Amino acid sequence: MPERIIGNIHRVNGPVIEARGITDALMLELVAVGKQRLIGEVIKLEKKQAVIQVYEDTTGLAPGDEIYGSGSLLSVELGPGMIGTIYDGIERPLEELFKASGNFIGKGVISTALNRKKLWHFRPSASAGSEIKSGMILGTVQETENFTHSILVPPDLSGKIIFLAKEGDYTVTDTIASLSQNGQEIPVSMLQKWPIRNPRPVAERLPLSIPLITGQRVIDTLFPIAKGGTVAIPGGFGTGKTMTQHAIAKWCDADIIVYIGCGERGNEMTDVLTEFPKLIDPRTGKSLMERTVLIANTSNMPVSAREASIYTGATIAEYFRDQGCHVAVMADSTSRWAEALRELSGRMEEMPAEEGFPAYLPTRIAEFYERAGYMQALCGKPGSVSIIGAVSPPGGDFSEPVTQHTKRFVRCFWGLDRQLANARHYPAISWLESYSEYLADITPWWEKNSGLEWSKLRSEIMDVLQREVRLQQVVKLVGPDALPDSQRFIIDVCSLFKNAFLQQNSYDNIDRFASADKQFKMLKIIVEYYRRGVQALKQGVTLIKLRKMKVYQDIIKMKFTVPNDDTAQIDKITVRLDRAFSELENIYAAAV
Amino acid sequence: MLQQSDRLLLSGKEYIGLDRIDGPLAFVAKTHPVGYREIVECVDSRGILRTGMVLDTSADTVVIQIFEGTSGMTMPGTRVRFLGKPLQLAVTEKMLGRVWNGLGKPIDGGPVLPGDAEHDVNGMPINPTAREYPRDFIQTGISVIDGMNTLIRGQKLPIFSGNGLPHNELAAQIARQAKIRGQAENFAVVFAAMGVKHDVARYFIRSFEETGVLENVALFLSLADDPSIERLVTPRSALTLAEFLAYEKNMHVLVIMTDMANYCESLREISTLRGEIPSRKGYPGYLYSDLAEIYERSGMIKGIKGSITQLPILSMPNDDISHPIPDLTGYITEGQIVFDREMHARGIYPPVAGLPSLSRLMKDGIGEGMTREDHPHLASQLFAAYSYVKDVRNLASVIGEEELTPLDHQYIEFGKKFEEQFVSQKTGEDRTIEQTLDRGWESLALLPAEELHRVTEEEIQKFYGK
Repeated sequence: MPERIIGNIHRVNGPVIEARGITDALMLELVAVGKQRLIGEVIKLEKKQAVIQVYEDTTGLAPGDEIYGSGSLLSVELGPGMIGTIYDGIERPLEELFKASGNFIGKGVISTALNRKKLWHFRPSASAGSEIKSGMILGTVQETENFTHSILVPPDLSGKIIFLAKEGDYTVTDTIASLSQNGQEIPVSMLQKWPIRNPRPVAERLPLSIPLITGQRVIDTLFPIAKGGTVAIPGGFGTGKTMTQHAIAKWCDADIIVYIGCGERGNEMTDVLTEFPKLIDPRTGKSLMERTVLIANTSNMPVSAREASIYTGATIAEYFRDQGCHVAVMADSTSRWAEALRELSGRMEEMPAEEGFPAYLPTRIAEFYERAGYMQALCGKPGSVSIIGAVSPPGGDFSEPVTQHTKRFVRCFWGLDRQLANARHYPAISWLESYSEYLADITPWWEKNSGLEWSKLRSEIMDVLQREVRLQQVVKLVGPDALPDSQRFIIDVCSLFKNAFLQQNSYDNIDRFASADKQFKMLKIIVEYYRRGVQALKQGVTLIKLRKMKVYQDIIKMKFTVPNDDTAQIDKITVRLDRAFSELENIYAAAV
Repeated sequence: MLQQSDRLLLSGKEYIGLDRIDGPLAFVAKTHPVGYREIVECVDSRGILRTGMVLDTSADTVVIQIFEGTSGMTMPGTRVRFLGKPLQLAVTEKMLGRVWNGLGKPIDGGPVLPGDAEHDVNGMPINPTAREYPRDFIQTGISVIDGMNTLIRGQKLPIFSGNGLPHNELAAQIARQAKIRGQAENFAVVFAAMGVKHDVARYFIRSFEETGVLENVALFLSLADDPSIERLVTPRSALTLAEFLAYEKNMHVLVIMTDMANYCESLREISTLRGEIPSRKGYPGYLYSDLAEIYERSGMIKGIKGSITQLPILSMPNDDISHPIPDLTGYITEGQIVFDREMHARGIYPPVAGLPSLSRLMKDGIGEGMTREDHPHLASQLFAAYSYVKDVRNLASVIGEEELTPLDHQYIEFGKKFEEQFVSQKTGEDRTIEQTLDRGWESLALLPAEELHRVTEEEIQKFYGK
């Protein structure tokens, strides 16, 4: 409990407080405000005045109430025990708040992020007497059955290991090592603190080359994201931003998921909390909750904690990256975070730029997305943070400031389309507006893992999709009957590709997740159908015959019928496809 | 520094005279330290008592918003008392069957009731870990809702309407017919009217009377001729009672709030008066957070039997769904029922636009054991087919209906039957979910089975063309 009084309240205006009589406050210092000790942060200092943003409801605060400084910046606690936990925007565990204040979130509840009493089994891996650098691994803790938590030397510390604890059970605050730095002996525990607004240091940035396989076909095949990449998912309400984020959080091949529910619905977080523990990670066979950290700052929770939640999430993700993990951060939604910035800026009476947003909005967006990357961590292993940010543009209009500025700082864009969502075509990712700049980076991976044709198949189907758009414009004017068979076939193939490939049912036990191998084979068989169809039409086969082929139904249903571990079934369909075309061609060849 | 107890003592202190009056805002200078959002009593020179709330407090000036409006107040003669606590509502079960104003004062001539407890009208956020994920299907007896945009207990599902459209009829019909199948439970309706006309309030009262549920209904009325500022508290008072009934008295509460557009207008009015920086269309930047404070007060809590289901009604200015009010609402609520003026003109009731309407909680509340096993796929198929109908109609309007392919003709027929047999129904008609789903299959029977990609082979065997 901080007891150092740094000033007192002059004015209260929502979550923003003006303070007077400031003595020795630090910029961005964590403070406790008033009798209830509400948590806040100093965001502006001027002579003897300060502006403080408070992370809790300020009802009841009055001029004259005292402000207590903590002496440290707003930080998060990092160490074993974070996985499977749900935190609020400033890393207070919601389970603990529930114990302290019941069904509703009370005020002034202080709770530590990490359990101080729980014992963790520490296994040292460094050796006493040796030199160790910052960020290197001292030992490990088996945090969940599948996750081995590496205990790192804090980033600002290095030196000779004077003492290293023996294998055994320790709490997060017990000293497990001590280092001598500049002749001083400094104790190290499993718990680290890190200020949320500063990125954690790394050895170097590496080029991106491995895709983050999300299991969603439209993403992995058409608009892939690399591990360490950044994506924006903009879409109006009801277009499926959250559904897409949930699907990625469930099935992508990251080691750790940090899911930030920023200013969104309470029930959505409850949904994650009830659903994730029941779902099994196909790669480890364990519950998905065993790789997930949740941060929930729902829309009715205080707005300034919403502003902080994004940074809290990024810091936790970086901490796991520093252990050599691949982390995927879901930020849902960054627009709510931007709106929190706008609200706080307005309360501070700053000069607004576009649509009331502060002029520093683009800088803040850039800073956040730059915390992603594929890095050589200080511990010597490679690790990555990928950021997948949802954007909620007002009225679904992508020309608004948050979408536009975000587009400048991400390299992949999955635009959600209202029309697709209305037809309940999910994921409603538009293949016309979306793009991925990672394509060239990760093509070698696909060619190595699936086959050399991958990029050719992909560009062939993209070309068909583009041609269909132009044809549809003609159809809109004159009707489909006016087109020759060869062009109507393109429309048919697109409709097949949309139904059989792009559309994915996240509630179906088989379809909800497609392995890279299944995706490749599905893509290949559809392109094969297209190529053979074009040939057949040239030989005089009619479009009606192509449509009536039995194998067509097999292709449409393969997403539901072929499990990820038995993709050989698609090879069988390919054989049938081949036979069906050969038969057709033989009949027509004979007729000619 | 002042202690809490000192503040309570000081609350007895009375200040005479205001510094400035600007619309519904009153300014008082040089007070004792007054808490943010503290409640205020003002008595003007004629002895009329008004209630207000502190919006901004500093050592120099306190800004008070007066809920009853400031008309007739004088600067020198007004006496002001700060009560040292936030705005509270004395809640009791006996509030059901009565009519209250936005602040929870009786306006039906009945007595003021001693409350069982005093609750802060601003409420507190529910801890997400304490929430129970809603999954109980509510049968409203309205096909287009039950079949395609299912209402779930604990959901917040707004009706996006427009002037002259039958949103009141639909809301009243839902309130009359809504039930959980096979269960008779404690239920209550809390009705909050913000800036609506007297006739609308009377329509709802009569509708409740006719079905004999009036004693289970609490009405909070802040009508069109009441001060606009009172509307800011009305939904909060209503929800405070709803929370009490749901979470302390284990009742299932349906909250109908009309018209949220008027609420937002009042919020804009206050924001403008305070000289705040506007965001879109002059609405304050915190409109989203403010609406969320209202809409998020719904749902279910683990270990508590009661629930709050919200049915807010909002008229879209100029039928524009991208206007900030429906837009932000749609981002907070769990779906929306959107009305379509063209369907209304064609005489279809309820005129629910098929495609933009959505229920987000539907997925977990329907299917085997809850409604019927074919429900999820059937709904998805109806959406897909109806969406294609829209495309075909557009095409037909350009090239003429005769030029359509035979398949497209079948779709046109499907669309007609779907709108006339499935969507359309009478205001008194209460369909079971089975009847609703059967009607859906009847419409689909007009399409060839090969077109039905979203239902399984077994479902086609069992239901198609039966």
